[in-house]
Amino acid sequence: MKLILEAIVTGLLTGGVYALMSSGLTLLFGVMEIINVGQGALVILGAYLSYVLEKNLHIDLFLGLLITMPVMFVGGILIEILFIRPVKGDRTMLSILVTYGIALIIEGILNLIFSADYVQLHAWYVTASFNIGGFYLSYIYVFGFLLAVVLLGALYLLLYYTKFGYGLRATMQNRMAAELIGIDVDRISTITFGIGIALAAAGGMAFGATNAFDAGSSYDLISRLLAIIVFGGMGSLSGALIASLGMLVVEDVTSVVWSPVWASTVFYILLVIILIVRPQGLLGQAEGRKQ
Amino acid sequence: MSLLAAQGICKAFGGIRALDTCSISVEEGSITGLIGPNGSGKTTMFNVITGYERSDSGQVMFQGQNITNASPAKIFRLGIGRTFQLTRIFPRMTVMENMHVAVQRNDLKGLLSRWSMSHEQQRALELLDFVGLAKLKDDLAGTLSFGQKKLLEFACILIAEPKVILLDEPAGGVNPTMVNYLAERIRTLNQRGITFLVVEHNMEFVMSLCSKVMVMHRGTRIAEGTPAEVRSNPAVLEAYLGD
Amino acid sequence: MRILKPLWLLLLLAVALVFPLLFPNPTVTTMMIFALLFAAIATGWNIISGYTGYVALGHTAFFGIGAYALALMCQDWHIPGGYEPFYLIPVAGLVVLPISAFFGWIALRVRRHTFIVITIAMFFVVQLLAYNLRFITNGSTGLSLPLPTDWSGDFYNIPFYYVTLLLLLISLAVSWWIRNSKFGLGLLAIRDDEDRAMGLGVRTNASKLAAFIISAVIVGMAGAIWAYFVESIYPASTFDPNFDVAMALMAFLGGLGTLSGPVLGALIVELAQQYFTIQYGQNGYYLIVYGALFLIVIIFMPRGIIPTARDLWRKYRVARSQQVIEVNLATTPAASKGASTDTEKKEGINL
Repeated sequence: MKLILEAIVTGLLTGGVYALMSSGLTLLFGVMEIINVGQGALVILGAYLSYVLEKNLHIDLFLGLLITMPVMFVGGILIEILFIRPVKGDRTMLSILVTYGIALIIEGILNLIFSADYVQLHAWYVTASFNIGGFYLSYIYVFGFLLAVVLLGALYLLLYYTKFGYGLRATMQNRMAAELIGIDVDRISTITFGIGIALAAAGGMAFGATNAFDAGSSYDLISRLLAIIVFGGMGSLSGALIASLGMLVVEDVTSVVWSPVWASTVFYILLVIILIVRPQGLLGQAEGRKQ
Repeated sequence: MSLLAAQGICKAFGGIRALDTCSISVEEGSITGLIGPNGSGKTTMFNVITGYERSDSGQVMFQGQNITNASPAKIFRLGIGRTFQLTRIFPRMTVMENMHVAVQRNDLKGLLSRWSMSHEQQRALELLDFVGLAKLKDDLAGTLSFGQKKLLEFACILIAEPKVILLDEPAGGVNPTMVNYLAERIRTLNQRGITFLVVEHNMEFVMSLCSKVMVMHRGTRIAEGTPAEVRSNPAVLEAYLGD
Repeated sequence: MRILKPLWLLLLLAVALVFPLLFPNPTVTTMMIFALLFAAIATGWNIISGYTGYVALGHTAFFGIGAYALALMCQDWHIPGGYEPFYLIPVAGLVVLPISAFFGWIALRVRRHTFIVITIAMFFVVQLLAYNLRFITNGSTGLSLPLPTDWSGDFYNIPFYYVTLLLLLISLAVSWWIRNSKFGLGLLAIRDDEDRAMGLGVRTNASKLAAFIISAVIVGMAGAIWAYFVESIYPASTFDPNFDVAMALMAFLGGLGTLSGPVLGALIVELAQQYFTIQYGQNGYYLIVYGALFLIVIIFMPRGIIPTARDLWRKYRVARSQQVIEVNLATTPAASKGASTDTEKKEGINL
């Protein structure tokens, strides 16, 4: 029982980090109707950036975010302007191929620079743990979760209390209508892309501190992120949040109760069940009949 | 008994009552007009009749059969065709292919046979000729002009041999020559036995074509009669000029 | 040009048939086997993704299921190496059928964008199961297929070549036949305007599912051939996510929704991939170059080679007929009726 409780807690904490990474994906899909299959690679890129800052300049991981996040924000904007905007035709499908191409390039570069060795981010709080209620919890899990809370909270404030956020939400609901009332949807798209990538940077740091990774880790990561947003309902931020927490809790509990081998499989089976029962995911929008 | 009748239809979108106990009927063999100021609910009525919107209450009867809230596909198969305000054709298919989609075979063999060899090919060519698009039969429908697209949409409905056709603003955005051409085509088809229900803002078009006109205002029918009767009805004038 | 088309195709077919005899070098025939295999896969994939517009990015799942189906059948029924396994390839396709029906039914209930992501997720589910259902798939160790020991080194590729070619021809035939049937018209209508197609009586749900299943079965059979050819399969090699993207790239490059586009795209991409692997190996450079090519293709030729070429050809013909009309008007006072050569016949082979 105690183990299960522990699993739930760890699941929630790591789930927060996944929520951070998947919220970027959801924003991009909601605002721009593009599916960024390169999100996994970008998270890994963020992890490597934090790694470099920590290893060579001895900058603390969390402080390093003050550098990596803006850098990747700008990077995201550049990617959007250079590679996403010029795409004509079926945007969603082509965006998958474009972001995949970008992911390949990033993976290739990382592979060349860092080779195929697994690395992990180091800090005192990664290895140290504290005692709570009888079991040991690594500090990094709590810090990572707090990071997610802070950033997602900031995102919430941005969305609901700023003019930009208002424009973003309007664009998410109905792009054409937003354009008609004078919202600069292109500018919002570009900035949103930047935000999505910046969130990936933060997620990358948290991910890298809790997992060993290399350039090829992006595949497993993107498969989980995509499963999360489908489960939660594409385009729904709260859905992504619930699904992230849910996925990780289910996985960690399954690990403890049954076996780690079946952990992810159980979640995916739940995904299939949810799709049978409710094809649009937990909080997604149902299909209507178009006139 | 009229061919097509909607009785007591109510439809609300959130707080807005688009249709408020609205009843209209179409006699067989007629060309009936449905007019009214913007927002009176004409297109919503069309949508309810043809299954694109669910009604909150009321009934739709076709040839004595209750077809309320049936699916658009079923309604089409029963013999009720409709056009749309924003003309819908399949842009990436050729004109000819567009025509053939409209005739769906129910048996497996028909489904798997080559469409260009089917006996509907002859009929499709005839209809394209009827609307004057025969020369464009192999062009992509997306490259047609707006008026030509309207004609194509019209022809696609015709190939299914409907009993009644609901036209949603057929003359909208079309030049006067084309408008006359359309009116003439409608008259010819009517003589061959097809019933029409036409929503239009172009008064001349409606008045010259229709034998009976119904007027809608704020979701309900406020008048009906011959074009002359409706034109001089004070309630109708007030609806258009008032507000 | 139109009259010559069947002749061109016959010529191509003849070349394809005698190719291994002309170029018996095993390296060359191996490359061609892969190229033809991918051409078949891309053609099959096009039936759902190109014709209906519902792009499926999880078909590698069916590729792998077909592969494992054949491997398991050979293992459990003690099929010896040689020609026998080839007869089981359609059976592998039949195994894929109900599984693809199930996945297709789940995935097709949502609109296009969500559909894409669901197919990706489905793929990862199957991949995971391949790793975890050890009692069936033997986990990461994988399975091996029977070895045709009495085929000499030089002869080995020949049967594979012709079986693969046969699969490609069957896929093309199915794709062509669908394209020219009422069923295919329904699919294209779904792509252009699904709601209107429904309104006109097209049975959209059944059509989409049928297209999905047909494409999955073709890809599954290709997987079976592949498994037998590479002799041993394991989850990492069989369920490779890059495969799905390669499928999409091939069809896009050639022209999604056309008949010959996927074949052309597959040939180009597969041969290019082989070349790059030889030049750069599987490391970072390879990924960077591959990714960059991806971007270039998508940004500059989003509709693919065949449609772009067709457009240019059409423009050329229009320009030519304009010239002819002008010449006629200048020289002949009577109307020049026969000048326009724009009547493209839809009879014959529609490429």
